[in-house]
Amino acid sequence: MIYLELLLSYLKIGFFGFGGGYAMLSLISDEIVLKHGWLTAAQFTDVIAVSQMTPGPIAINCATYVGYLVTGSVWGSVLTTFAVSLPPITIMLFVSMFYLRVRDNAYVKEALTLIKPITIGMIGAAALMLCNRQTFSSGWLSYALFSAAFIASWLKIHPIAIILVAAVAGMLDELMKMF
Amino acid sequence: MLIQLFVTFFRIGLFTIGSGYAMVPLIQREVVDRRGWFTESEFLDQFALAQSSPGPFALNTAVFVGYKMKGFSGALCAMLGVILPSFFIMLLIALYLNGIRENRWVNAAFEGMRPAVLALIAVPFVRYLSGMKWCGWVLALTVTVVIWAAGISPVYLILGAGASGVLLAFCRRK
Repeated sequence: MIYLELLLSYLKIGFFGFGGGYAMLSLISDEIVLKHGWLTAAQFTDVIAVSQMTPGPIAINCATYVGYLVTGSVWGSVLTTFAVSLPPITIMLFVSMFYLRVRDNAYVKEALTLIKPITIGMIGAAALMLCNRQTFSSGWLSYALFSAAFIASWLKIHPIAIILVAAVAGMLDELMKMF
Repeated sequence: MLIQLFVTFFRIGLFTIGSGYAMVPLIQREVVDRRGWFTESEFLDQFALAQSSPGPFALNTAVFVGYKMKGFSGALCAMLGVILPSFFIMLLIALYLNGIRENRWVNAAFEGMRPAVLALIAVPFVRYLSGMKWCGWVLALTVTVVIWAAGISPVYLILGAGASGVLLAFCRRK
């Protein structure tokens, strides 16, 4: 049963996954955290952190991870990875076959023009969803890390470097508590 | 050819870290400069399509390139190539991280990472907003609030926007 629910959720995430990885996060959290409660918001943030540090598209990383976490079985990962990929693959095959007709179609163009700002709003929603107590659980250190990471990312420093430094800072903070 | 497609996209899947557009130059280098499967303008053209289709950009590009080179079997090979590295690496992490997640030091590392992750998502949002006109601002911010505060699924908003677009195009045509 859980497998069927995962399948349907991830098919939906794949089908409506416009606007790239970050926009998909709000879709994923809507399904995984809000609707089904498979992960807590804090767990979901952890998944994003891990997904960002490992190669590959965030949506696929996230799907593989959640599939295992929810079912405790490798088959859960296989299922979610398959489900999240299937709709984009089908649509892209269709687009590849009718490339010029899709590209020059007035309906497609207009629909995509209006979907674009929605996906940007979705990124904002994903960010707001993460503005919670668990994200800022270390008090001033959390706020400092957020500000530093914001500036670093604005200056186009590589995301992995940013996350690694933040991880080390968190561990150093823990070390300080020992003294 | 099929093996080449698989290997090329396996490399793309393996070496692109972080989200989305960081991988564009890498994909371009592989399929345009190294392999010569696309000309520069073809690539940019299809880039726009892969970007506006739903799903991860790398996956969409894999399907598109694979199909163009070798039909369905080509698309299949390219797509497996791009998916498999993420799949196996994440699976390994899922298998082992669960056991050490409650470890004090691992937990401290995650506490440090969380605000950084938030910043990494906030930056593209602010960047997009700063590149838009006021009507785009209003729409995007409304969407943000509607999803976040009212808990409305983004699915409905996408459906609504898509449908309005089709309707708009329909009216214009008349």
